[in-house]
Amino acid sequence: MEISRRETLALCLGAAVLTMMPFRANAAVEDAISAFTGGADVAEGGVTLTAPEIAENGNTVPIEVSAPGAVSIAVFAAGNPTPGVATFNFGPLAASQSAATRIRLAGTQDVIAVAKMADGSFAKASATVKVTIGGCGG
Amino acid sequence: MASGVKPRVKVPKTAAAGEAVTIKSLISHKMESGQRKDKEGNVIPRSIINRFTCEFNGQMVIDVTLEPAISTNPYFQFEATVPEAGEFVFTWYDDDGSVYDTKKKIEIA
Repeated sequence: MEISRRETLALCLGAAVLTMMPFRANAAVEDAISAFTGGADVAEGGVTLTAPEIAENGNTVPIEVSAPGAVSIAVFAAGNPTPGVATFNFGPLAASQSAATRIRLAGTQDVIAVAKMADGSFAKASATVKVTIGGCGG
Repeated sequence: MASGVKPRVKVPKTAAAGEAVTIKSLISHKMESGQRKDKEGNVIPRSIINRFTCEFNGQMVIDVTLEPAISTNPYFQFEATVPEAGEFVFTWYDDDGSVYDTKKKIEIA
């Protein structure tokens, strides 16, 4: 069988896509984020995510999220067995769209905060946290 | 239900009308993630608090959905506007159906 130039190109492209796959950010996180945004575009900026650069204990990592004008903020951990961390929904009496809590991180990974703004748009911020001791039992 | 669950919240006793106050809340709860295994290698079933809400005089301040990635003894800090004297109601919802709540009154200074 003869392979045409077009087919060769298609094969090469397929191979390239396959090798790229592992480099794609954790698919579970992307799924979780698109479940929250409904597939809408997410802009960078407009959200502040405060997390330590290095966390000695992954069992309690203090984080703080803030997004002026947001109706809700969802936090995701890209390297955890389940990516969801928490969703904050702000009511009419919230003085500022910010909250602080403590989270578990299984290892060194990115923490992502996605905010849903009052006008229906989405914004995100991420921070990399180095974890010395993971927070998932074991 | 998880034993020894004790909610604790810190709210100022007084505030000026319309002032923003910082609220800190903590509840003692083991927040079993459902990922850990016991000595025999069996998965310890998930048992967490899955929702936390704070209301002031019936109006919502914050409503948080918790996932297993929230640490043991879930802690939250946030800000609330106090338009008039009244009462904050904090509610925690456990996976097993238990509901824990605590109330804090605030006066207008």
